[in-house]
Amino acid sequence: MQADAIFFWVFSTVLVVSALAVILAKNPVHSVLFLILAFVNAAGLFLLMGAEFLGMILIVVYVGAVAVLFLFVVMLLDVDFAEMKQGFVQYLPIGALIALCVAFELVFVTLHWGRSPTAAIAATPSGTIANTAALGRVLYTHYFYFFQAAGMILLTAMIGAIVLTLRHKVGVKRQNIADQVARSPATAVEVRKVASRAGI
Amino acid sequence: MIIGLTHYLTLAAILFTIGIAGIILNHKNIIVILMSVELILLAVNINLVAFSTQSGDLTGQVFALFILTVAAAEAAIGLAILVAYYRNRGSIAVEDINALKG
Repeated sequence: MQADAIFFWVFSTVLVVSALAVILAKNPVHSVLFLILAFVNAAGLFLLMGAEFLGMILIVVYVGAVAVLFLFVVMLLDVDFAEMKQGFVQYLPIGALIALCVAFELVFVTLHWGRSPTAAIAATPSGTIANTAALGRVLYTHYFYFFQAAGMILLTAMIGAIVLTLRHKVGVKRQNIADQVARSPATAVEVRKVASRAGI
Repeated sequence: MIIGLTHYLTLAAILFTIGIAGIILNHKNIIVILMSVELILLAVNINLVAFSTQSGDLTGQVFALFILTVAAAEAAIGLAILVAYYRNRGSIAVEDINALKG
């Protein structure tokens, strides 16, 4: 067995086991940690497939940002998670049934899919350039507007998250920039005649 | 043994199924539901990248990048809503979130 097959089996086994642990763990903190393990193994699979940029991005974005955000929220909220676990056994049959239906459909598709003969392969930079450079050449030319739209989505998410969680406490002096800018010499400066050797 | 497209598709199918089962089994805990959604998106990304690299077409990887972007935005907004909701109501149990029931 060559090396990439061994790595595929290792990565995929750990990925599936950690994904199962995510949904079965009693403690949500453990769920988040297993989610991180799953993302790291998926990044390994991406590297194995030759998509280096996406593998690195997966680690940076998911492990570095999203999973830490999950961990932060799980630890921030003081919630009784044991109580939420009730009804797990009760919903096991219907959950297994729906999962089996989805699995059957996916297996059916996996066994019977085919490529349309008229399907065109989109423009891909030829030659021996690295995956990241090739991806950049496609992303900044063919998909430039989509790239900008993705940036707008991230900006919207950032503003939305800040607006949702920002709290104005009463009794705290805050800087009001509009008030500062609107000040004029007429309202801000006062000229007084001060007698010599006397204070105001 | 050659690792081909079918292996990756099967792996993605298993991961997708686990995500669906996770949503149903943890229907009371919205944080684990969000994590299951992330697992589902990861399965879709594995599919896209597998097809992309097998057919030598970078479009799939570009789409996987956009899915990654949207998933990150979704997680940030979802968790921000959770924090805001917890502040207002003191609970994030899914069965308590029923104010919009008609």
